[in-house]
Amino acid sequence: MLKSKVFMLKTKKGSIMKIVREHYLRDDIWCGFLACELCSHDDEKQLPVLELSPPTSSNLCPGSHYLIPDTNVLLHQIDVIEDKSVTNVIILQTVLQEVRHRSAPCYKRIKDCIDDPGKHFYVFVNEFHKDTYVERLPGESSNDRNDRAIRISVMWYGKHLALSDDSLRVVLLTDDVANREQAKQNGIHAFSMKDYVKSLGNASDLIDKLSTDENKVIDGKPLYPEHLPLSQIQEGIKNGKYMQGTFQASRENYLEAYVNIRDEEHQVFIQGHDYVNRAIQDDLVAIEMLPEDEWTCPSSWVLEDEEEKGDEEDIKEDEIVRTSTGKKSKIPSGRVVGIIKRNWRQYCGMLQKSVLKGSNRHLFVAAERRIPKIRIETRQADVLDGQRIVVVIDSWPRTSRYPQGHFVRKLGNIGDKDTENEVLLLEHDVPHSSFSGAVLKCLPSLPWIITDDDLTHRVDVRHLPICSVDPPGCTDIDDALHCIELSNGNYQVGVHIADVSHFIRPGTAIDKEAANRGTTVYLIDKRIDMVPELLSSNLCSLRSEEDRFAFTVIWEMTKDAKILSTLFHKSIIRSKAALTYAEAQLRIDDKSMKDDVTEGLRRLNSLAKILKKIRIRNGALTLASQEVRFHIDSETHDPIDVQTKELRETNSMVEEFMLLANISVAEKILDEFPDCALLRRHPAPPASNFEPLIRVAETRGFKIDVSCGKALADSLDAANIQENPYFNTMLRILTTRCMMQAVYFCSGMCAKSDFPHYGLATPIYTHFTSPIRRYSDVIVHRLLAVAISADATYPELLDKHRSQSICNNLNYRHRMAQYAGRASVVLHTQIFFKNRILDEQGYVLFVRKNALQVLIPKYGLEGTVYLMDANQQTMFTYNEEESTQTCGDVSLHMFDPVTVQISIDSTNIQHQKLCMKLIKPVIPNFSVNPCQNITEDQPPNKKLKN
Amino acid sequence: MASLDLLSDQGFRIDGRRPKELRKIQTKLGVFAQADGSAYIEQGNTKVLAAVYGPHEVRGGKSKVLHDKALLNCQYSMAVFSSGERKRRPRGDRKSMEMTQHLQQTFEAAILTHLYPKSQIDIFVEVLQSDGGNYCASVNAATLAVIDAGLPMKDYITACSASIVNDTPIVDINNFEESAGNLEILIAVLPKSSQIVFMEMNGKLHEDHLEKVIDMAMMGCSDVYDILDQSVRDHVSHLSSALCLNK
Repeated sequence: MLKSKVFMLKTKKGSIMKIVREHYLRDDIWCGFLACELCSHDDEKQLPVLELSPPTSSNLCPGSHYLIPDTNVLLHQIDVIEDKSVTNVIILQTVLQEVRHRSAPCYKRIKDCIDDPGKHFYVFVNEFHKDTYVERLPGESSNDRNDRAIRISVMWYGKHLALSDDSLRVVLLTDDVANREQAKQNGIHAFSMKDYVKSLGNASDLIDKLSTDENKVIDGKPLYPEHLPLSQIQEGIKNGKYMQGTFQASRENYLEAYVNIRDEEHQVFIQGHDYVNRAIQDDLVAIEMLPEDEWTCPSSWVLEDEEEKGDEEDIKEDEIVRTSTGKKSKIPSGRVVGIIKRNWRQYCGMLQKSVLKGSNRHLFVAAERRIPKIRIETRQADVLDGQRIVVVIDSWPRTSRYPQGHFVRKLGNIGDKDTENEVLLLEHDVPHSSFSGAVLKCLPSLPWIITDDDLTHRVDVRHLPICSVDPPGCTDIDDALHCIELSNGNYQVGVHIADVSHFIRPGTAIDKEAANRGTTVYLIDKRIDMVPELLSSNLCSLRSEEDRFAFTVIWEMTKDAKILSTLFHKSIIRSKAALTYAEAQLRIDDKSMKDDVTEGLRRLNSLAKILKKIRIRNGALTLASQEVRFHIDSETHDPIDVQTKELRETNSMVEEFMLLANISVAEKILDEFPDCALLRRHPAPPASNFEPLIRVAETRGFKIDVSCGKALADSLDAANIQENPYFNTMLRILTTRCMMQAVYFCSGMCAKSDFPHYGLATPIYTHFTSPIRRYSDVIVHRLLAVAISADATYPELLDKHRSQSICNNLNYRHRMAQYAGRASVVLHTQIFFKNRILDEQGYVLFVRKNALQVLIPKYGLEGTVYLMDANQQTMFTYNEEESTQTCGDVSLHMFDPVTVQISIDSTNIQHQKLCMKLIKPVIPNFSVNPCQNITEDQPPNKKLKN
Repeated sequence: MASLDLLSDQGFRIDGRRPKELRKIQTKLGVFAQADGSAYIEQGNTKVLAAVYGPHEVRGGKSKVLHDKALLNCQYSMAVFSSGERKRRPRGDRKSMEMTQHLQQTFEAAILTHLYPKSQIDIFVEVLQSDGGNYCASVNAATLAVIDAGLPMKDYITACSASIVNDTPIVDINNFEESAGNLEILIAVLPKSSQIVFMEMNGKLHEDHLEKVIDMAMMGCSDVYDILDQSVRDHVSHLSSALCLNK
C-alpha cells in the first residue's frame, strides 16, 4: 500500500476543459531482472522475465545486454522484433502506450510477444515509477517528452542493473538520429535498428526483414501527385470538398477502383495511375469528385500488370484506358487526394526476379490480385525464387512506381499443395495453428464415462429410433433426427443436436479459442477444426450405436406438419444409424424395408415436403450456386475428377428440419432474452442491386419483379427457356450475387424491423444445429440452456456489447471461411487441369469489352475467354447497349451456350491461370479446333438441378 | 474495446494504483471553532468539509419534534467550483437532495439518537472538490465530524466504492473510472461488526460478480476505518498533549 507524491496532469480534451487527474508514483515496481535484490516482487505472479545473462552475438555491443526499443522501432520493425532470435527486450510503458495509440494490429503483435515466455519480453511501467517519471517541460512537445522519458528509463536501468551485475548493459534502439545523439551524450549505448541487426552474427534472414528506410529519398522525377497532409484533408472533409471512404481495387483491371463513401451507399469510380495515386486495397482514402464532364466509366477491359516496368517509363496504360472510354453511362468519378489511414497487412505471394543478374532489388507479386507489385530488397533471391513468401509494404514514395516493402518469411514451394493451402489460409486470416496445451487441457480425459449425475439432469431417449443423415465421409455429425407416431395419430418429431456446450464451458481456454476461430473451415482436402478433434469427431459427434449427449428439440405435429407443441431439453441419445444422403434415400425408396428408422425417415420425408411447400409459399428463395466435389486420388492427393454436388430429397429433408429447429430456438431465446439473444438476419437487398439482373432478363423477354421476396421467387420460377435448360439456373446464380450477406447480430443492438431473414422468408432466425463447427451455435445453446434452466448464466452471455463483438468476429470469420473454401476450389481446379486439355460445354455469363466470362456448369467454374490478341487487336465488335460481341455473322449474347477448350496457362509460373479458348461457335481465325480428347470416355455429367 | 485500459495488463489503473489500493486519504478534525464538530477529508482529489451542530432545540416548528429520539437533519451541497465547469445550483437539485436522503439514512443507523429525544442534530456536508466517490468522502467526513462533536455512535461509519474491470474488482474508483466504467457500488458499513448500513449500485452487473465487488468494497471500508481511527487517535493525543502543556 505504498503511495507517494500526488502529481497533477492537466490535459485538454475536445472542448476546452480542464481535467485534473491524480498520478501516483510508486517505489514497488520491479525492474524484471531476476537476480535484482533492490526491487521487491512476487515470484509466482511475474513469470516471463528477462534472462540472467542474455545470449548475444552482436559485435557492435559485445557482452550481455538488454534491448530497449523506442516507439518507431516497434512500429516499423515489428517483423524483426517478432523473430525468435530477438529476445530479452524491455518494453517501456511509454512506448507501449504510443504503439497502442498509433497501430492496433502492431500493438496486438507486441502483446503476443510479451505473452510468449520464450521471448523474455518485460514491460517496465516507467510512468508510475518514482525514479523514471518525467514531467513535460514548458515548450516541450509530447514526442520530445516521451523520447526524454525513454532515455531517462534507459539511464535508470543502466545504473540499476550495474548494482547487481557490472557486466550487464542496456541498449537503446532508435532510428531517430537526434535522439541517438542525445542518448550518447547521456552515456547510453544507442544504435539504429539497422546497424544493430547488421552486427548480429547470423543476420542475413533478419536483414531482409528490416523495413526499408522511410525517409530515404529515391532520386528521379515524381511519378505520382503528392498526397495532401492530414490537416488539409480533415478540413476538406469538413467543408465538403473531399470525401472519405475505403478503397476497393478492381479485380479485373489494376488501374480501376471504387471508393465506398463512408456513411453513404454510393460508390465513386477511380481510374488511372494519377487518380488512384498509390492507394492500395482497403486503405481509408480522401477523394475529390471530378467535374461532371470528366466522369468516366469502367472500361470493360480486363487488364493485368504483366511486365516489370522501370520507374522512368511513362505510364502509358492510362491513355489506352482513357481514350477507350465510351460516351455513355458515365458514373460519378473522382481522384484520390490523400490517404487517411493505410490498411496494409502481410501479403502472400511470389518473387518475380529482377532481369538484371546479381541485383538485390526484386519485385513481389501478391496472390491477391488487387494488391500492386511490391519492390523488395533481398539477397536470397535464388533461394526464394519459386517459393511462396510473405511480404509487407513499408512505404510508397512518389518517385517509385511500386510500393517498397520487405521480406517477412517463406512458406514453401509454389504449387506444393501444403504451401498453397497455407497461403490461402493466411490470405483469409484463418487461425490454423494446432491447438495449444492450455486448450487441450480443457478436454475430458478418455475413456469418457456418463455419470449418474449426468443421467439425472438429462432425459434418456436412447430407446428412440434416432438416426443421422450426412454427406459421405462426414466425421463431425452434429445433428440427428427421429419421428414416431403417437397414440393420438400425431407425429412426434425430434431434432437432436450435439451438446457441445457441455464440453466447452464459458471462459475456459478452449472457449476462447473456439470464439476466436468462430467456425470450422472446410477446404477441399483439409478441415481446420474449430474445436479439437477429440470433440469434433468423437465425443460430440453423434455416431451410431454410441451414447452421446444431445440438445433436443421435440415437436408434436399433425400429419400436415402443423406444430402443436415445442419442447426443448438436454438428453442422452443413441443413434441407431449414421446414414449418408444416398443411403437414406435408398432406405426410403426400398419398399421392403420396414424397420423403425426407415419408417421414421419416410414420415420425416413426407413432413419435409409439406414444410418446404409452406416455406416457398411464404416467399423463400431457391438460389443456385456452384458446388463441386473433387474425387481425390488416395495416393497423390491430387484431384482426379470433378462433379457438381447432387441434391437428393433427403438433403432437403434434413435441411427443412434444421430450419425448423433454428426458427423454434430463435423464438424461444428471443422471448427469454429480448436484449442479448444471438440471432441471424439477412437484410433485403436494395432494389439497385437487382438492376443488372433485370436488364439481362429483359433481353430474353422476361420481367423480374423484385418488389418482395415472394415476387422475386415467382418471377424466377417463370423464367424458363425451352432450348436452354440452364438459363434458369444462371438467372438464379446471378440473383445470388445480388444478395446481401446474412449476418449474426445481438438482438439488443438492432432494430426489431431488421430481424427478418430475407432468403428464408422467416421473421426470425438463428443458428442452433451445428455447434461442432460454428461458435454462434454454441452461444445459442448456452442461451437456450439458461432459458430452460438447464444451465447457469454467466456475465458475458448477458452483456449485449460483448455479444455484438462476438457476432462481429463471427461474421468476419464466416465470410473469410467462405472465401477460403472458394479459393480452395479454384486451387484444386487448377491442379486438376494441370496436365489436361478439355473441351467443355459452357455458357456466357457476362460479355465484356475484350473478353467473355464463361461458366462451365460441370465444374462450377468461371473463366475468361479473351477476345483480343497481344496487340490489343480484335475481330469482334462490342455492342455496349446490348452486351454483345459480334464477329461477322456470329454474335455472342449473355447466356449463349458455347464450347470452350480449357487448359492451364503455365507460361507465367508466377501466376498460373486457367486459359479458355473458344471452340464453338466456330469463328474462322479465332476459334480453335477441338482436341481429340480425353473427355470421350467421361460423358459430360448432366445431372443438374433446375 | 475501450479507448483506454482502465486496468493495464501489468495490473495498474489509469492513475498508477493497483486494483486493491485506495487513494491517498488525508484528514483533519476540528477545523471550525463555531460548529460543535467539524472535519475535513481529502480522498485523492475529492475534498469534503463536514460540520455538525447539536444536539439543540428543534428549529422550524414544533410539528417536526420527535418524542423518542433526536431529529437528524442532513444537508449535502457541492461548491460551485467543485467540478470542471462551474455549477449553477450548489444545492437543492435532484442529485443533492437524493444524496441528502442517503446521508440521513446512513447516519440514523449509527448515531444513538434515542439519547436525545425532542432535540435536533444537524450534519452539513460541503463538497469542495469532486473527483469521484463524493458519497463515500461525505460519509467519512461526517463520521469524523460527529466524533469531533462528541456524539455517541454505535461505531464509525466508513464508506467506500468499488467497480469491476475485465472481471477484476477495483476499489475506491475516481471520477474517470466512474464515467468510463459501467458500474459503481457504494457501501457504507459499521466496520467492527461488518454490518452494511447502506448500499447502492449504479449500472449493470452479473450476479456472479456481485460478491467479489462487494467484498472489495468492504475491504476498502475496513482500510478506510484504519485510517480514520488513526487520525482520530492522533487528533485526541494532540489535544491532550496540548492540554498538558497548558497546565
